[in-house]
Amino acid sequence: MPDRKPLSRLHPGEDAVIAAVEGSEGLRQRLAALGFRAGRVVRLLRRGAFSGPLHVRLGTTEVALRAAEASRVSVKPMAAQPA
Amino acid sequence: MKRVALVGMPNTGKSTLFNRITGAHARVGNWPGVTVDLASAKVLVGRHMVELVDLPGLYDLHGFSDDELVVRHFLENTRIDAIVLVLNASQLDRQLALALQVRALGVPALVLLNMADEAKRYGIEIDLASLSKGLGLPVASVSARYGTGQPEALHALARLLDTEKGPGEAALRDALAPDHQREAEVERLMRSAVVVSERLSELASGRVDRVALHPWLGLPLFFLAMLAVFQAVFWIGAPLQDAVEALFDAVRKAALEPALAGLPALARGLLLDGIWAGIGTVAAFVPLIVVFFFLLAAVEDSGYLSRAAFLTDALMARLGLDGRAFVMLLMGFGCNVPALMGTRVMRDRPMRLLSMLTIPMSLCSARLQVFVFVAAAVFPPARAPWVLFGLYLASFAAVVATALAFRRRFASHEPFVIELPPYRMPTARQVWMRGWLEVKHFLRRATTFIFLGVIAVWMLTHLPAGAAPAGPDSYAGWIGAALQPALAPIGIDEKLAVALIFGFVAKEVVIGAFAVIFGLEGDALAAQFAQGMDGVSATSFMLFTLIYTPCLSTVATLRAESKSAGFTALAVCWPIALAWGTSFLFYQGMRALGF
Repeated sequence: MPDRKPLSRLHPGEDAVIAAVEGSEGLRQRLAALGFRAGRVVRLLRRGAFSGPLHVRLGTTEVALRAAEASRVSVKPMAAQPA
Repeated sequence: MKRVALVGMPNTGKSTLFNRITGAHARVGNWPGVTVDLASAKVLVGRHMVELVDLPGLYDLHGFSDDELVVRHFLENTRIDAIVLVLNASQLDRQLALALQVRALGVPALVLLNMADEAKRYGIEIDLASLSKGLGLPVASVSARYGTGQPEALHALARLLDTEKGPGEAALRDALAPDHQREAEVERLMRSAVVVSERLSELASGRVDRVALHPWLGLPLFFLAMLAVFQAVFWIGAPLQDAVEALFDAVRKAALEPALAGLPALARGLLLDGIWAGIGTVAAFVPLIVVFFFLLAAVEDSGYLSRAAFLTDALMARLGLDGRAFVMLLMGFGCNVPALMGTRVMRDRPMRLLSMLTIPMSLCSARLQVFVFVAAAVFPPARAPWVLFGLYLASFAAVVATALAFRRRFASHEPFVIELPPYRMPTARQVWMRGWLEVKHFLRRATTFIFLGVIAVWMLTHLPAGAAPAGPDSYAGWIGAALQPALAPIGIDEKLAVALIFGFVAKEVVIGAFAVIFGLEGDALAAQFAQGMDGVSATSFMLFTLIYTPCLSTVATLRAESKSAGFTALAVCWPIALAWGTSFLFYQGMRALGF
């Protein structure tokens, strides 16, 4: 079982399972509304240039979020699948 | 009459559906307990006359963003007979929770699964009967964009209104208590009724994003796309503009001049040189604005705007803002007023205020008219587009300067988490509806201002009786002279000073004011105008016009959205100071360099 790490440290194309969502009440609620829940698979699609936001996909929903917010989501990486 | 509320998450096509059902006959009005205006329309559903109210998009009935509060306050204070809940069929996994929240309210509700075509492309199949049974609510599938399923949906709504009665406001208030055990139920419903294919197919959106969001190509492509939009505005709009000018001139010569020949000179002057010339000069710019709004509506409809937020967030973060603020700034290039209203999506007040302080620096379409006119009059045709481009850069610079000056005062910790919806081909109908709504809005607001504005300008420039038009003896001449100590150092003479005063009412008035001040129209006006100034003073005038207080509508919106007189005062005074400083540095600097 690979170790947990923050979502912000995934590599582009890497899949992971969400382990926990932390942060303020407001942030957790917003992330939950967009589908961030423990147990769901999330894939990092790309990172914006100049340390810009992360582009991730959960199910059929695609979300852009900053590294600061992504660091509050801890994930367990899975083996990468071909895109 | 029955009242039905339309509820749904952002990006579900809720407003598209609303426009389709109501055919854009919506009116905007006030509701008890709610501070923002909501669109509503009366439609016949079966044997019921129904007032359909379009509520703001929300993620969570129990959330606390401005829009979510609006929805909740509306439901607590208004008697409703039913709710129509619009869900995105391809995102049921996270949207079903909202359906359960709505069900818990105890209001008769109809669930509409929108974008069923998109869901099918994702390989998602939905068993409507099973979903309806599990939810205990009627479910129908529609395509708001193409109108399929709409008759069936309205039929289902009619049946709902036939059989069920809405609860009172008090019952709704009790029901609106937070509830956290919905997640498990969503999982269960997903398992029983929705089949998601194992591996999501790579969609066209993903392929487009690989280019559009490319780390190095993304931003240049974005600016190219914006440049193309502005080029297209002129390419399509300029011939139309000439046609409108010719039309106004023909009407004046053929009909108005003979008809008004019997009037006293002063009254004839007010009608022909004041109202007709002023309105005609402004009307010539309407085609440009119409084309701009239609193109903007197409870009907005395509889903590219949220990509723009993604691409620009890194830059905006350094200014204390985020990518959404950039999108609003971009909207501000059409008109600052809707852009200011769009900042409601930000929950954090400091960031919202900082965005609202920067948006009026966006070079809006009304200011664009002034610049197109001045640039074409003063600069050779090959240089004029570059002058305009330079003004757009100056607009960005003013935004950056404002954000940097105030980012510490309005420091914010707003999380940046936004949805990137799949790309969608803009449909002609949707672009037409969105574009036409904006244009109608603009024309209604602009025409009143312009009409009153040009009359006021004419009176100030032609009274007291006997004064030479806009001469030193007219009221305008007095005001211009009084302002000279402040405006002479930035190269703005008395006549232009008068135009600036009226530009405070609305920038649309400025060109009309030129026509009245100089008593000329069209090419003759441009020629006379160019005689009075060189490139340096013209540019200084344009820089000042770009940055100082945009218009009364914007000031009124700033006041209404910030609910703070102090902030509004800051938002009026800071731009005037920045405008004067910028023009002063430019004008004196260029003169010192010998231009």
